[in-house]
Amino acid sequence: MTVVVDISHRLGDFEVDARFESAGRLTALFGPSGSGKTTLINMIAGLIRPDKGRIEADGRVLVDTDAGRFVPMHKRRIGIVFQDARLFPHMSVASNLRYGRWFTPTAERYADINAVVDLLGIGALLDRRPAKLSGGEKQRVAIGRALLASPKLLLMDEPLASLDEARKAEILPYIERLRDETKIPIVYVSHSVSEVARLASDVVVLAQGKVAACGPTGAIMQRLDLLPAEERGEGGAVLDTAVLRHDDVFGMTVLGSVAGEIRVPLMVVPVGAPMRIRIRARDVMIATEQPTGLSALNILPGKIVTIAPGEGPAVEIGIDCHGATVLARITEQSRQMLKLQLGREVYAVVKTVSFDPANMSAGLPVEADG
Amino acid sequence: MNWLLDLTPDEWNAVRLSIKVATVAMIASLPPGILIALVLARRQFWGKTLLNGLVHLPLILPPVVIGYLLLLSFGRRGPIGAFLAEHFGIVFSFRWTGAALACAVMGFPLMVRAIRLSIEAVDRRFEAAAGTLGANPLWVFGTITLPLILPGLITGAILSFAKAMGEFGATITFVSNIPNQTQTLPSAIYTFTQVPGGDAGALRLTLISIVISMAALVASEVLARRVGRRMDIE
Repeated sequence: MTVVVDISHRLGDFEVDARFESAGRLTALFGPSGSGKTTLINMIAGLIRPDKGRIEADGRVLVDTDAGRFVPMHKRRIGIVFQDARLFPHMSVASNLRYGRWFTPTAERYADINAVVDLLGIGALLDRRPAKLSGGEKQRVAIGRALLASPKLLLMDEPLASLDEARKAEILPYIERLRDETKIPIVYVSHSVSEVARLASDVVVLAQGKVAACGPTGAIMQRLDLLPAEERGEGGAVLDTAVLRHDDVFGMTVLGSVAGEIRVPLMVVPVGAPMRIRIRARDVMIATEQPTGLSALNILPGKIVTIAPGEGPAVEIGIDCHGATVLARITEQSRQMLKLQLGREVYAVVKTVSFDPANMSAGLPVEADG
Repeated sequence: MNWLLDLTPDEWNAVRLSIKVATVAMIASLPPGILIALVLARRQFWGKTLLNGLVHLPLILPPVVIGYLLLLSFGRRGPIGAFLAEHFGIVFSFRWTGAALACAVMGFPLMVRAIRLSIEAVDRRFEAAAGTLGANPLWVFGTITLPLILPGLITGAILSFAKAMGEFGATITFVSNIPNQTQTLPSAIYTFTQVPGGDAGALRLTLISIVISMAALVASEVLARRVGRRMDIE
């Protein structure tokens, strides 16, 4: 399934002029508010008619302004989960869930109501009214409602933005299951680095209505310059790893990655499970020789491959550790003191406790990588 | 107390006729009422102010004028009346149907206003959500818009009914005041006040008309509240 978008559209003073193509399992449209993410997703859904351009999904032309083609939204079979859930207030949760089924041709119905209810854990809510649900529950029901219309593509427009941290943590695992256990490709709008790093297989970065970059999550997250200023601290390397073993004595989990073993706080996941971790650039120190007498447990040998100016006194240094690039943000003073240059052999040092649930998550199954 | 409940056959007929006329007027004006309210609430077009003004005419013109206009256009020799009588056998003049038409026209602006306000209050994002789930515009209207404006529909319908129960000027001008044919409650009360010794009859019908109108109002309140509670609009 490939989504091709190539449109230009004017909204007052704001112009969206975007072109991208993605075949990823979960493509994130990432950018600060006002960058045109929601406009783009509304165009894919058919809620906005672009001034000019083409939109294709799964080989089907949905919009082609040159040919005068515009498929109305109810014929697109593209599900959308809105930031504000938009559950129908006059229907029960069960009726909300079943709504889209009426309009799906029987032959194309693949979503099973029991499976979806189980997947999202909403079995206890079926008889309730939307007004009686919490924000997190509403969002789960909204996801279920979109899925049960058996869409060919699922769009999610900042589904977590209006929720507090606890509610976000409640929903994220369900979105991961959705990504890993169903075959529906997802386009996910977000302005949060941690969500994108955690969920996305591919990222399209938007800035001022234009595509600033587009590619696999690992590669995009390295480009700290692409991240919005207030989120830059969250940027860093995204590594796909697998659980090697648990260390019950010290309460740690050991992950295997191409860069070497990485110790993180104990996680309740089976050995062998894929895990994705994000190593924030600000959490990485650099040593020029194998450190001794150091409390940090993760010491990854590698070679400096990039040096880029950062904000203020900082420079951002990319270290290639056996094929995985780890990003470190240090001061220019430290760089000069240690005489760090391209090609230099160094050690990237990361404290185990710098990992927290916000930067560790169930990884994409291996076949999804690349 | 006996004199209160002891209605003459003519009085009973007036009560029955009034209820029939008001009910038919209300039901018949609902579909065009919804359509026009929808157009006024949602569409921008040339002549919208004109249409809005036309709908509101019965509210600002003297009822006698409306009755006379109906007589001119829907009377036996009026262009519309002659056409309907010839092709469909529908006759309005001096029939109860004419009373219903006059009542429907007089209540129309009240109904359209109530429905239009509730349509304007509908959150269109729900309609968009239904569209992305595969519902075409007609289904969206039937399953989302209509249920969401139900309280407004009930209010509009009851206003139209209540207006019809009290309509006098347009009705008497258009279809006159024929006992058993076009004599509604207000016409009957008017007749009683014009004859010596008619006070008891006038009072009886007055009380009945108060009871019917109050009952309709209370019923609409209860209904609207029940619908509103069922929806728990956020």
